[in-house]
Order: sequence, then structure tokens, then C-alpha cells
Amino acid sequence: MSDSEPDFEPSIIAFCCRHCAYAAADLAGSSRLSYPPSLKIVELPCTGRVDVLTVLRSFEAAVDGVLVAGCLSGKCHYQTGNLYAKQRVDYVRRQLAEIGLDEARIRMVNISAAMGAQFAEHASEMVEEVRALGASPLRIGNDQLEGET
Amino acid sequence: MDGAISETRKTRSNLEGVLAQGHFAVTAELGPPKSHDMAQVREKIELLKGHVDAANITDNQTGIVRLSSIAAGIAMVQEGLEPVIQMTCRDRNRLAMQSDLLGAAGHGITNVLCLSGDHQSFGNHQGAKNVHDIDSMQLLRMIKDMRDENHFQCGEEIPGGGPRLFIGAAANPFADPVDLRHFRLAKKIAAGADFVQTQLIFDMPLFHDYMKRVVDMGLHERVAILAGVGPLKSAGMARYMRDRVPGMTVADEYIERMAGAVADIAKEDKPARQEAWRAEGIRICVEQIEQVREIEGVAGVHIMAIEWEAVVGPIVEAAGLEPRPVL
Amino acid sequence: MIVAEQKPLAAITSMMEGCRKVLAVGCGTCVTVCFAGSAREVGILASSLRMASRVDGEPLAVEETTVQRQCEDEYLEPLAEGLDDYDAILSLGCGIGVQSLADRYPDKRVLPALNTTFMGRPTEQGVWEERCQACGSCVLDKTAGICPVTRCAKSLFNGPCGGTQDGKCEVDPSIPCAWQMIWERSAKLGLMDRLMEVEPVKDWSTSRDGGLRRIVRDDLRMPDAEGE
Repeated sequence: MSDSEPDFEPSIIAFCCRHCAYAAADLAGSSRLSYPPSLKIVELPCTGRVDVLTVLRSFEAAVDGVLVAGCLSGKCHYQTGNLYAKQRVDYVRRQLAEIGLDEARIRMVNISAAMGAQFAEHASEMVEEVRALGASPLRIGNDQLEGET
Repeated sequence: MDGAISETRKTRSNLEGVLAQGHFAVTAELGPPKSHDMAQVREKIELLKGHVDAANITDNQTGIVRLSSIAAGIAMVQEGLEPVIQMTCRDRNRLAMQSDLLGAAGHGITNVLCLSGDHQSFGNHQGAKNVHDIDSMQLLRMIKDMRDENHFQCGEEIPGGGPRLFIGAAANPFADPVDLRHFRLAKKIAAGADFVQTQLIFDMPLFHDYMKRVVDMGLHERVAILAGVGPLKSAGMARYMRDRVPGMTVADEYIERMAGAVADIAKEDKPARQEAWRAEGIRICVEQIEQVREIEGVAGVHIMAIEWEAVVGPIVEAAGLEPRPVL
Repeated sequence: MIVAEQKPLAAITSMMEGCRKVLAVGCGTCVTVCFAGSAREVGILASSLRMASRVDGEPLAVEETTVQRQCEDEYLEPLAEGLDDYDAILSLGCGIGVQSLADRYPDKRVLPALNTTFMGRPTEQGVWEERCQACGSCVLDKTAGICPVTRCAKSLFNGPCGGTQDGKCEVDPSIPCAWQMIWERSAKLGLMDRLMEVEPVKDWSTSRDGGLRRIVRDDLRMPDAEGE
């Protein structure tokens, strides 16, 4: 699980809320602050929309890591969406442990729309951390089971 | 003050006799061993014999398995110390209870204390199924009916008449809801309690208030109330009882006195500290006995010296309660 | 409602030794409203099992379906087709659902993914608490609507015991003493007098103790063709 090929590029999905994280990602882009292209952003109205099943299916499809980025604590556009998101991320983390995947493959961060630099930083950190963990062990079996899942 | 109960004797119990004659009664507790070594029971019998009118044997107390109350009670009858067997509702259904009571009476046991029983989660068999087929109130009534109406719980007659048992209940003047404790006592009397033993008293003003209300309601004339006392062994024990034992209240003065007893002794000198604590614990206990004797409605004391049966004799003597009446 | 919760993943995995393909079946009634066995939980469990099996190197195929209610045969009929493909059925229903599946498909291994825990209600979002033990002879009229069998750890009928502290049960300080609640509510309702009477012993034969229970409603059964 921890063996990584030298140029292993981890595939990360970043679920970002429209009002803060996505805006920050946008800002990072327009400010020419780079973050790894292997991080794919999925825009949601709110991180409260992140659901456990979607995240697990992502891991099942052999994604190497999942980042959930929402508004700062107490500043969620929909009041408590980011709090629900945190609970679900914690749930997925525990589930990953039971499944036999590294818990560090999922992470949640909180930022504001103005924090373009922080977004880029979080994104890069996540990619590096997952790179160190290596490819998801599910990548190996994935080709065999492509027809079944 | 010596309480008086009904003149009519219901049983051959020595405890009943002592109370009927108006003496201030003394009972104590005998803790059975975790083994089947009856010699240990006999040793404790020797320590208590002659110093008390009867002695309770606990029934899997705190949910920890020990030699059975009735078995120890039989040994006590053989050795000449009157037993008060304890029966909880946690471990037996009504069949086992009645069967055990017939057996107990058959061996000459004349007193039984009815209890709900500490929940098994406190003990060493936490996965056990608890029974609670009937509760302690219903047990009081069941035994009373066996004795006075000569029938089993199902209504069938008991051939030759029911067991003549002097029936006891526990009373806790300190557990919540405090306001309701008197109603509970009245209910226990209505159910069939002849005597009650209270939990350890470490809040005398609260006990005073409790007894005042008991007397106002006339309950002391319908049941013999034995006040629960016991010697503390250390300041830690006092604190433990205050904080960790459900339904127990310990006033600050006792904790202060126990702490004060070792104030001038080095922490490393464990034997000296233990001796000082124990001496103070005994002193407090004797004082408490003297105090409760003065309270109207109190018919006796129940001395609970946990794993320290040897101290009961000295306490009874120091409290001026020896010799015990011989009927 | 019936409340259940999922067994730990490792426990479920160990039940499926020797299986290569299983059908996970959810239930749309009780276990859906307590979030233990709805279609979503089936998806989560199935995905987790597939992933765990791949990590372990022995991929397990888990297919998913959910029926309205596992405890009624009409909803189990559609499962018959294609069952041969599976080594086992993993039921996310309550114990009744598991047994219904096992009775209907006795040639199939049926495994319980859930522990059926109690009959109760949600006291707040995400928290469920036991309220009824199906003793078969309800006494809630006598106890101001608070069940002494269920909510008192000792099922007392003339409580409380001597272990209450600050209105809480000796077993767990987060559990209120049922009998304190009963006394208090009875006082408010003016029913204290009744509590002064000793409640006689309970007839437990209507409860689990009496053996398997059954209700027969002659007014509802399928009538005989001859009208008898």
C-alpha cells in the first residue's frame, strides 16, 4: 500500500462548496497560484451535499484521495452544511480504516472565498500526502472488476 | 430511645424477640467468601457471636458471586448465631425464591431481608441475564402471605403451614427522590415488612429529618427501624462512598475528621496511618450509635463493618450495648 | 419502531467466508427510518465490502437491492429470479426480515448484517432509545405513560430502588430513573394514591417467557371457500 512509483500521480477529487472553496480555487487560478492538475474539482452548492455513498463509490473507482473543502467554521452559507460534512468525512475515515485503506486518503479543510493561496496550499499538501501513501490498493483489482462494478 | 413494636410474636426469631421486649437491637453483617470454604464463615461467626442479636449474610452483593446467603445461614444456625438471610430479586424467580425460603426455614433460619439487588453491571458477571421476576415490594408481600396466609404465591396451600419468617426490608433515607422515601417506607410496611435496616448513615441531620417524618406518620410503631452504621477505614473510603456509591451521602465533617486523623503522620508510615484512621473510624461509629439511640423511632442499629467483622464486638461494647439480651 | 444497527464490517466479512458473490438486500421500513438498512446503507455496505475484499486480495461481488418490507412474503417473491447466482443473501433487515428471507429461501444461506437492538423511538436526530419490551400486557395506564419494564433497569413495578442518584439510574448516570419520573408525573396528574398500592406480581406468560407468541385474527383470515 505504501510502495509508490517515482512518478505516481495521485488522482484526487476535491468536493468544493460554491460559495467559499470553489471561489477560492477560482481565485487561486486567476492569481496564477498553481496547484497540481491531478486534483479534480467537483463544485457543490454546499459541502453539506457531500454524501457518504458518493465518496465511497469514488474510492471504489480507485480514486487515491478525496478532499472536501467548505466554508470556515461558523460561516457556512447554509448555516450547518459544513458541520454535517465534517461528521460524514469522519464517518468515511472510520469506514476506510475498517475497509483497510489509509485514513489519510480523506481530508476536510475549511477556507473562505478570499483564501486562494490557502486553497492552493491545501491542494498541494493533499496531493503530496497521498503521493507518499502510494496508489490506492484498489487500482490493482480495478481492471479485473471493471465489468462487474 | 427504644422503639416498641407489636406484642404478637410471628416467628421464633431472636431478633423479633429482642425487639418485642423493647431492647435496643443490634445486628451486623457477615460477608461470605468467594470460595466454598465454610471455615471462613465459621471464623466470622465466632467474631460476631454474642455481640449481636442476629447477623445478615449478603446475597451476591454488588453482583459478585459469593458463597450463598442461605448456605452460610445454615452454618450460622449450627454455630448458634442467628442469621438474617438476604434475598435479591436480581438472581432468582419466584419459584426459586419460594423453594429457597422453604429450605431456609427447614434449616431453622428465621429472618429474611428482601432486596432489589445491585444491578449486575456492577459485578463480575456483567453479561448475565437479570431475573427481576418480582420486585422487593412483591417479595415482601409474597413472604408475608406464605407466613400469615399459608399459601404459595400461586395461591396453593403450603402443606403444614408456611415458613415463619421475620421479614425485613432495606430503607434508604438518602437516595433520591428524598421526598418519597417515607411513602416508600409506608408501602413496604403495607407490603409486609416487620423490620427495616437503613443504608449507612453519614449525614446525621438528614437522618434526623427522615426519622422525624417517620414518627409523625406513626410508621415507627408499625415497623422496627434499625439505623445503619459502619466504621470508616480511611479518608479515601469516605470519599469513595460519597462519590461512587449510588444512593450514599457523606457529610464533609466525616471526611475532615478522617483526613485530620492522619494529619501528623508521615505519608510513608502506612501502618500508623491505617491504625489512626481505623481508630477514628471506630470512634465515629460509636458516636453515631450513641446519637441514633437518642432519636425517637429508632429501634436498633445495623452495623456494617465491611470485611472487618472483628471490629463489631469492640464497637458494640464501646457503645455500651453489651451484654446482648438472652431470651 | 424496530431499531437496529449494523454489525462491524469485520464481523460481516467473517460471516461470508467461502462466498464469491452475495446479494445485499435492504428493507424500506423500520431499518430505513433508523438509517441501518435502507437502499443507501445497502450501497454503503456493499461498496465497503467490495473494497475490503479487494484490499484482502479475494474480490467479493456484492449486488444490491432493496424491498419495501422483508417481513412480508409478497415483497420477497421478486427476489426468486436469479437467486442461483448468489452464494448467500446478506440481509440488512431486522431479525424478522432475516428469518423471513431464510424461511422463504431455505436453500440459500441468509446472513444478518444488522443487530436488531430494540423497539424504540428517536429522542433527537441521530439518537434512538428503547421504549417497549413487548411484555404483552401493557401497564402504561398505571405508570403515567412511562414503561417500568423497559425504562427501569430492574423492571420494578414498585420502584424506585435504593440506587437512584440525582434522579438518574445507578446503571448509567445518563439514564433518568424511570420510577422517579413515574412518581413525578403521577404527582402532576394527581395519581399518587394509586402508587401507594403494592402492584401485584406480573404475569410474564404474555411476554417472551411464555414461549413464542402468536396472534390469530379470525376476522381477518382468508375465508374458506365453503364459508366456514
